[in-house]
Amino acid sequence: MFTKRRHFLRQIITLSSYTTGLIFSKVSLGNWLASDFSKQAIDATLKQQFGDQILLTTPKIKLKLPRVAENGSVVPITITSSIDNIDTVYIFAEKNPVPFIAKFSIAPELETFIGARFKMKETCDVIVVVHADGQYYQTRQRVKVTLGGCGG
Amino acid sequence: MKAHLKLTFLCLQLLIGTIWATPATDRQKIRAYYQQLFPQLTLADYADGVYAIDPIAKSSWLAIEEFPPYEIALEQGKTLFKQAFTNGKHYADCFPNQGIAIAQNYPYWDTATQSIITLASAINNCRRQNQMPPLSYGAGEITQIMAYMAYTSRGKRIQTDIPAQSSAALAAYEQGKAYFYKRRGQLNFSCASCHIDNAGKYIRSEMLSPALGHTTHWPAYRLNTGEMSTLHRRFEVCNELIRAKVDPAQSKALRQLEYFLSYMANGLPLNGPATRK
Amino acid sequence: MAKRSSIKIRSKRFADHTLVRTLIAHPMETGLNKDKDTGELIPEHYIQSLTFSHNGKLMSECHLGFGISKNPFFSFKLKSAQAGDTVVISWQDNLGYSDTLEHHIQ
Repeated sequence: MFTKRRHFLRQIITLSSYTTGLIFSKVSLGNWLASDFSKQAIDATLKQQFGDQILLTTPKIKLKLPRVAENGSVVPITITSSIDNIDTVYIFAEKNPVPFIAKFSIAPELETFIGARFKMKETCDVIVVVHADGQYYQTRQRVKVTLGGCGG
Repeated sequence: MKAHLKLTFLCLQLLIGTIWATPATDRQKIRAYYQQLFPQLTLADYADGVYAIDPIAKSSWLAIEEFPPYEIALEQGKTLFKQAFTNGKHYADCFPNQGIAIAQNYPYWDTATQSIITLASAINNCRRQNQMPPLSYGAGEITQIMAYMAYTSRGKRIQTDIPAQSSAALAAYEQGKAYFYKRRGQLNFSCASCHIDNAGKYIRSEMLSPALGHTTHWPAYRLNTGEMSTLHRRFEVCNELIRAKVDPAQSKALRQLEYFLSYMANGLPLNGPATRK
Repeated sequence: MAKRSSIKIRSKRFADHTLVRTLIAHPMETGLNKDKDTGELIPEHYIQSLTFSHNGKLMSECHLGFGISKNPFFSFKLKSAQAGDTVVISWQDNLGYSDTLEHHIQ
């Protein structure tokens, strides 16, 4: 299933061409950083990502999330926004040991629309931050994560 | 005089109902019970289990159904199903219609062996007949093969009968029914305690599903493990949770229980493989 | 016969956008779970970066932590796409494994 074999040349070529494309692309996020995904509290995580920048709370980011997560292992989210020129979307789960879930760059050819499934340790806010035209915006929504009764 | 006749008539009815309860009347009664409990549901809705009655859980489930995680196991199952045994034969050689679109006919009473054949036990019977080691029930390869076979039967109506001429089949049904209603374990629950008496109510944070339709949506991708699981594994877990003796998957007791539940759900559409928490 | 990819891609064209969804077989192991049989901690094993491209152009780069669910799912919307366009999803995980899949929009 996971390839390390030389004879999957076509795959490797495809992968390298996309990697090269990455380096020269404005949509590139740069290297994946372990420090982004540190085990730390949400405040420290947000400070690390955004420094002292203001995260403007806005009603213009819409989160489709279940009010109660059937199982904290798989929480489906859909993020949309009417704000123009969004180039990056960030997802955080406030009380996860590693609050940073993911970040997505968005090319102008994409609508601001991200669907994903992530883990939540306990009831808390899901925080979504977007970046557009040099400004950060945020919204948050509480998801209840219950201890199973008979999930087994 | 008239009142006397009325009373006699009522007593007779009660007597008939008690002594001459038939599987058909059992099923009628259970369905009538759920119908008054959940008047908004059609019979087919019960195939969705707790999602038919828990709208919050349903919205989360539907979001995941957009691209359900069981598709991975389904694809693996198709490959496994088509793979030849070491003797060159295939699963298709063991089953009617090459094993395609037949899952709704299980479980059934087999006159030859005087036992209940479930789909899982039929898969292992097929393997044994072809000198292949049996698969363990409840997890792994068998869940992938069952995912594929269930998928080919999606939408097909459950076909579970009790052959009229077989008193042994009727006895097996009755034993399955007795199991369902028998209180067990430290917590002294029966299946009925939760899934009939308290269907739609919460146990801690979870809504209890109705027993009607329990056999329609297997195997299931369990969100909590990220693995496929089976109905019999679920029975095992329920018994573990109420701290009762755990009858193993595909034991006689559990096959009888499945037979009873499947008979109750006769005519409901199959919709496995499914996602469940 | 080609080895089965860990990646599945589905696309659907609508009047004003094209929906692209992907489901990936990957354990997304957090490193916090114990093996049931041995009691040992199962090591971290999760996708760290994922890219989504359309006709050779990068549309989205995703940096992920193990907070993403097992067998990850993602969906995107292209503002405009034609039948025959190519979409590619590629990923790389913390252990150095990777996979990529090309999909043609119908």
